Amino acid sequence: MKKKNLVLIGNGMAGIRTIEGILNNDSDQYEITVFGTEPYPNYNRIQLSKVLQGDNSLKDITLNDWQWYEENNIRLYPGETVTKIDKNQQVLYTDKGKTKGYDKLIIATGSNPFVLPLPGVNKEGVIAFRNIDDTETIVKYSKQYKKAAVIGGGLLGLEAGRGLLNLGMEVDVVHIHDYIMERQLDRTAGKLLQQELEKQGMNFHLNKVTTEIIGRKRVKGLQFNDGSQIKADLVVMAVGIKPNVDLARETGIPVNRGILVNDYMETEVANIYAVGECAEHRGMVYGLVAPLYQQGEILAKRICGIETIGYKGSVLSTQLKVSGVDVFSAGKINEEENSKVSMLHDDLQGVYQKVIFEHGKMTGAVLFGDTKDGNKFLKYIKSSVSVEEYLQSIETKTNESYSVADLPPDELICGCNGVTKGVIVEAIQSQGLTTIDQVKSCTNASRSCGGCKQLVSELLQGTLGYSYDQNQKEAICNCTILSRDEVVNQIREKGLTHIREVMNVLGWKTDGCSKCKPALNYYLGMIDPLHYQDEKEARYVNERMHANIQKDGTFSVVPRMYGGITTAEDLRKIADVADKYQVGTIKVTGGQRIDLLGVKKQDLPKIWAELDMPSGAAYAKGLRTVKTCVGDSYCRFGTQDSIGMGIRLEKKFEGLNTPHKVKMAVSACPRNCAESGIKDVGIVGVEGAWEMYVGGNGGTHLRKAELLFKFKSGEELIEMIGAFLQYYRESANYLERTSAWVERLGIDHIREVLSIESKVKELNARIEEALSVVQDPWKQAISDTNLLKDLYEAVKIPAETR
Amino acid sequence: MGNTLRSVLIGKIDEWPEKLGKTVNIGKIQLAVFKLESGEIRAIENRCPHKGGVLAEGIVTGEYVFCPMHDWKINVLDGKVQEPDIGCVKTFPVEVKENQVYVLLDR
Repeated sequence: MKKKNLVLIGNGMAGIRTIEGILNNDSDQYEITVFGTEPYPNYNRIQLSKVLQGDNSLKDITLNDWQWYEENNIRLYPGETVTKIDKNQQVLYTDKGKTKGYDKLIIATGSNPFVLPLPGVNKEGVIAFRNIDDTETIVKYSKQYKKAAVIGGGLLGLEAGRGLLNLGMEVDVVHIHDYIMERQLDRTAGKLLQQELEKQGMNFHLNKVTTEIIGRKRVKGLQFNDGSQIKADLVVMAVGIKPNVDLARETGIPVNRGILVNDYMETEVANIYAVGECAEHRGMVYGLVAPLYQQGEILAKRICGIETIGYKGSVLSTQLKVSGVDVFSAGKINEEENSKVSMLHDDLQGVYQKVIFEHGKMTGAVLFGDTKDGNKFLKYIKSSVSVEEYLQSIETKTNESYSVADLPPDELICGCNGVTKGVIVEAIQSQGLTTIDQVKSCTNASRSCGGCKQLVSELLQGTLGYSYDQNQKEAICNCTILSRDEVVNQIREKGLTHIREVMNVLGWKTDGCSKCKPALNYYLGMIDPLHYQDEKEARYVNERMHANIQKDGTFSVVPRMYGGITTAEDLRKIADVADKYQVGTIKVTGGQRIDLLGVKKQDLPKIWAELDMPSGAAYAKGLRTVKTCVGDSYCRFGTQDSIGMGIRLEKKFEGLNTPHKVKMAVSACPRNCAESGIKDVGIVGVEGAWEMYVGGNGGTHLRKAELLFKFKSGEELIEMIGAFLQYYRESANYLERTSAWVERLGIDHIREVLSIESKVKELNARIEEALSVVQDPWKQAISDTNLLKDLYEAVKIPAETR
Repeated sequence: MGNTLRSVLIGKIDEWPEKLGKTVNIGKIQLAVFKLESGEIRAIENRCPHKGGVLAEGIVTGEYVFCPMHDWKINVLDGKVQEPDIGCVKTFPVEVKENQVYVLLDR
């Protein structure tokens, strides 16, 4: 039998969910073709802000990779737009000149960002935030400009705002209403969220109507209707979306706000369906993923000829994490005159809960801070639970503390994908799942917004009992299912000694990758520093070559200058070397060192030999530099010898391998000229004492260091720095900076551990062991002919050689 | 085809660094030549199609090299860039005869 042609226009979440449904129902009836304007496979648009925030890459938010299309015999035309549909001949045309006939056609063109028709909207620096290209543009701007304004204080605007903060920009959010996210939150919750975001550094301009975007060619700022203005170098428009219905309209398919569909997602034209944000069902156009996925499943059934009751519309619910804060709402958000309200508001714990009843039935709920009960409320609203039933349910709840174990099997856990507790538990048991990632790929739970991850984790805990580690980290990379802790424990338990052995014994699926090999190399060395043979082929280029590679393949050389102190003699040597090897650029680094840039690979060993200075380790996942201020020997404010302390620290800890780079600083007074507040370990001298700050970061994730301890003597300080660094070495994930690590463990926990004297001694004993085998890598390289040959020599053969 | 290729001696196999790449300049052509974990020698153009990164400095695992610039993953057997990135680099046939490694180049 000849297969029928099914064509999908729009390679996004709703459309592809429909195709997944069709494949699940009956994969053989159709020849499937997909056209998508964006040149990417289907990705999770909800998590675009995470790409902006730097936590995820495109790879991480891809839902269906290229292989998926291939394996399911789906012909995908990425980067190709359908321009015309001939509904009588059942043929469509694309911008690349393709013609394609169809038996069934699904339109899932989604929506476009709504751009306010303001004067000046076409200026450079005004953009929307809707797809991957927008995200890339924003990242690019953030490197050149400082001040960003977001128009729109809804979900999209706030997510964009958070991302911009992470990119290091100043963020003003402009909103037309008197509180933010008014579509999903009531005033109280909106204000609570605003306070939280203000704490994170966002500025709000509420009740402001933007009337003009000012500037010449480029945007300079915004003009509001009350006469006030703000400055901005970048304006992100996030006022909303509008269904993308142009193609449907031109085809003659009836359209209102969206493409009109019935309960089976059928348009009024034969064999053409619409699904997702572009579709209008019973007067509603949905923009949240849960209803769109419900539509997709109904449509999949319809197309496969499976009986379905059809789509009856959705009770809107939102469960979100906005900048780390959980919010939830469902049904009615604001009470009316004759509504009854049950409210709980705890400022101390940052928790707010409001439940609305009308005519004795639950009709709405808003939660802020703690949203565990969200799905339960959604179910109550859908089934119109009465006041009495509700009161009874709280009573039983207060008797025994709430847990996911008490939920009935049909309770919805993942609202986005419609996955119930029963489905997840069944999958865990029948397929032997042990991690959140596995549950994600097996059941789709927590695959969209990720808001239910905690519940999934609790279900795993409940189902597997003690064998489940709740604080599991995700697998260290795709080569294994094992987490960092599992790998490290296995290396210790089984006494594994090299990378290949770890991969073989622990069942690696591949020969390793650029993520796991350097990580394993680090863990092995951390566990047994005295015996481990560092595997140079598992090191990133910079650490293998002991120099920083530049974009043209040349390298840079940074010699060690303890505490930022140099001598005329050293400077002369540097100058001579720079002349002799025609160094392209000489630059002073952010860490108070001198950088020789543009050095050819084969010149590196010669330069090191002539400099005769230790490596500055400017490339290392290890101690970089200890930056110092001039301190009490010269400065009139100085209270301590910061230079002396800096030199001592740098000499003691140089060459140490750590999970990620470690930057230190010592300042001699709270004016903090060495910028101790943004260092992994920052020391501030005060009258008669040293303050030790940790977990600071001046990079992508700007973070202020937190005070750990204060010491009277330098010896105590150095001992604690040793203990701190060793605790970091032993418990952080590879490539986790101290800022993220301190945040994950909590400063109080770290302080508690390091308050135990015996612990500090043990940690110091182990760090001394690791330091005892440190050698200067440059000296090592120039005295080892094999290393020189393997790493630094290139083969050169004249052209004419046969 | 055989007539249009010339073979160029580039070194001894037992002197090639294990699980690493080496830069080989032949006239104006620059190759990245790898000795894989299997002991096999493979040669590709020393230029990542993304931004021209020097592939000889990348981490080698199995039959793949990861570009040291932005971590693109490239198969050294067929030169194909792995998903989600796209593209390919030129590969060059290699012959090993009596411990000597030869690259075959167009005349």
